[in-house]
Amino acid sequence: MKLELGSIFIKDIQFAAESKVENETLYVNKEEVRQIILEDQNFKSADVELAKPGESIRIMPVKDVIEPRVKVQGPGGIFPGMVNKVETVGSGKTNVLKGAAVVTTGKIVGFQEGIIDMTGPGAEYTPFSQLNNLVLVCEPIDGLKQHEHEKALRFAGYKVAIYLGELARNLTPDVVETFETPSIIEGFKMYPELPRVAYVLMLQSQGLMHDTYVYGVDAKQSLTTMIYPTELMDGAIVSGNCVSACDKNTTYHHLNNPVIHDLFAEHGKTLNFVGVIITNENVYLADKERSSNWSAKLAEFLGVDGVIISQEGFGNPDTDLIMNCKKIEAKGIKTVIITDEYAGRDGSSQSLADADASADAVVTGGNANEVIELPPMDKIVGYADVADIIAGGFDGSLHADGSITAELQVITGATNEMGFNKLSAR
Amino acid sequence: MVKEIERAGIPVVHMCTVVPISLTVGANRIVPTIAIPHPLGNPSLTMEEEKDIRRNLLTKALKALETEITEQTVFEK
Amino acid sequence: MLKVVHYINQFFANIGGEEMAHVPAEVREGIVGPGLAFQQAFGEEAEIVATIICGDSYFNENLEEAKQTIINMVKKYSPDLFIAGPAFNAGRYGVACGTIAMAVRDELNIPVLSGMYRENPGADMFKNSIYVVSTKNSAAGMRDAVKKMAPLALKLAKGEKVGASAEEGYMPNGKRVNFFEKERGSRRAVNMLIKKLNGKEFETEFPMPDFDRVDPNPAVKDITKAKIALVTSGGIVPKGNPDHIESSSASKYGKYDIDGIMDLTEADFATAHGGYDPVYANLDPDRVLPVDVLREFEKEGKIGSIHRYFYTTVGNGTAVKNSKAFAEEFAKELLADGVDAVILTST
Repeated sequence: MKLELGSIFIKDIQFAAESKVENETLYVNKEEVRQIILEDQNFKSADVELAKPGESIRIMPVKDVIEPRVKVQGPGGIFPGMVNKVETVGSGKTNVLKGAAVVTTGKIVGFQEGIIDMTGPGAEYTPFSQLNNLVLVCEPIDGLKQHEHEKALRFAGYKVAIYLGELARNLTPDVVETFETPSIIEGFKMYPELPRVAYVLMLQSQGLMHDTYVYGVDAKQSLTTMIYPTELMDGAIVSGNCVSACDKNTTYHHLNNPVIHDLFAEHGKTLNFVGVIITNENVYLADKERSSNWSAKLAEFLGVDGVIISQEGFGNPDTDLIMNCKKIEAKGIKTVIITDEYAGRDGSSQSLADADASADAVVTGGNANEVIELPPMDKIVGYADVADIIAGGFDGSLHADGSITAELQVITGATNEMGFNKLSAR
Repeated sequence: MVKEIERAGIPVVHMCTVVPISLTVGANRIVPTIAIPHPLGNPSLTMEEEKDIRRNLLTKALKALETEITEQTVFEK
Repeated sequence: MLKVVHYINQFFANIGGEEMAHVPAEVREGIVGPGLAFQQAFGEEAEIVATIICGDSYFNENLEEAKQTIINMVKKYSPDLFIAGPAFNAGRYGVACGTIAMAVRDELNIPVLSGMYRENPGADMFKNSIYVVSTKNSAAGMRDAVKKMAPLALKLAKGEKVGASAEEGYMPNGKRVNFFEKERGSRRAVNMLIKKLNGKEFETEFPMPDFDRVDPNPAVKDITKAKIALVTSGGIVPKGNPDHIESSSASKYGKYDIDGIMDLTEADFATAHGGYDPVYANLDPDRVLPVDVLREFEKEGKIGSIHRYFYTTVGNGTAVKNSKAFAEEFAKELLADGVDAVILTST
């Protein structure tokens, strides 16, 4: 399967009478975007705001971040099974508005959404401070249930992202990258001497709005399975997630999965990147056992020499992570796992809820409990009063001057477990 | 070494002077001894007195081996 | 200018090796031995005002007294920082450095720093209590050690914020500290996997907690019937060291027959260990490997019997990996030979 991914660089975002891309600027017709959101009867009002790198803006509470993309050639459309039809994506040509994003906000669960600061110390921890963001502030109708609110907001984000992505359909990309995954047999013939590597992508699926969708299927209802890496680049996997902000994989992370990109960078050079195994993180022990058995079985079936395993979330998913690692290592396949830590505010507690000696190669996204100071911002997009109840915040987190003292886990994407960031800990 | 012997299933008593090292290394039954260059002796005493020390320490060691334990234990007495 | 007091052992003070390890603590004004390299690295920012020298055996065997004497010596100079070592892979020196540094910090409330090789027993004992910089395993690594220790020493003396262990060069101390790597996590994971696949050394960013504890075996039911084997890391070997076990960093162990031997004597046995003063062990090897008394016990029926062979190696600077491999191997033989219990002696 082969995909040409064309990037159109976006350096600025502005409201305008007509939505279009010109001279690296994304112009957005605010009213059209509002109408897309309000198509859904579950929202009584909607506002749209801009947040650019370096501006004194705090966005909170953030639910999801989505990159605008459009399928230019080849079957299917972006977000298959969610917005577009269930067509197999991942081949042909796709254009990306690189440097832009749609950010959805809303008080859904209240304590499980995050913060994006566009400047200051907080901005260093989130990759989304570097993007030109279109922020959706959507007010649900009275009495809307949490999970309906979550779903409505999730779809609002996809639809606006697709609307913006369409603007790139007829543009000539600034850069085109080609990603190709041959069949198992072809790959083996092409690189007989290279070690074969798969990527085990763990998807948050604990339910109660801790969910991830694959072609529209709730991952907790699926057995561990396989997917081409380029399918993710077309939005085959999306986030429906309200876990701790720092280590949830947003839809943006799935579209730009860094493990996939970095394995492709070595493909044919030092290793043979065979494909992606996707597995879930369910709440029942039997599910955990079954899913991790299946990961190990598929890795063995593929005849790989090594795997990288990435996690999402923390706590009981640590058990899924360790089970995957242990069972795959037991097959004689070498593993590297990517996780993050909850080592307490002073860093001296046990970092993971589970552990095993076979997990001897670990990459960490840092200690999510480390306390940070976020200075006041000129403008808050969203709702500032949730700081006290957001996960990682505590009573008194929000100070009178608007500054926030909280754990790193309040920042969206700060300790990402796909290894999206440079943050680490020792 | 002490851990590997234990792992093989043989009860083992570690007789050594620097007990904290023994604890770090992971010995389970530990008997503290006299000094680093002469753990089971004392050159400032007569040969017979030294032997008494040795008898005393080895009796402790045997006692350690006969004692059921559930965690690292230093047999002082 | 910041004031520093430096602690070293008899060897680095050029007083002598193991034969002088008994010398008690003394203090000298200014720089002695490795202090020179530190002073050069400090430049104008700090000065080593005094050096305290103590024999390794003296320190470890007269712990309380030595600690108090040295604390008093340090106190007199009211320094901004106390440096102990670096001790490289010298076990007792490392333990002494860690012990005294911790005592100085606790008693005098000044920042302290030491340096050791990661397998030095002092490292495991103290790395979670004080900053211990990871050094090479011998004094040949002095320059490298000073290069890492001096900047951290200045930071500590000035009370500046100390970064993560990977940035500052100290051994991970159980306190996780965030910092920004040069490459993103996914790239680091790919690099780590490539190394692991190619059998190259790699460094995990989060070592799993040490589970390597072995549950104690059940007690010996009837010691008067038990077959007991003697094992030592004190290097007792037949005179002449027939298997040429190295005096330090041993790559092998010995298995020797003591059938019919009632007493280990100067004439037939000696130590091959290079890490402690061998005089006492050579005069009477029973001081390390107590064959004489155990034979008495055998005769008196206090134990069943002594196993025919004893196993021996030199624990001095020997890699954990090696000694582990030795024991894995001979423990199988002990089991096969029906040994019920082991007495392991260490120096």
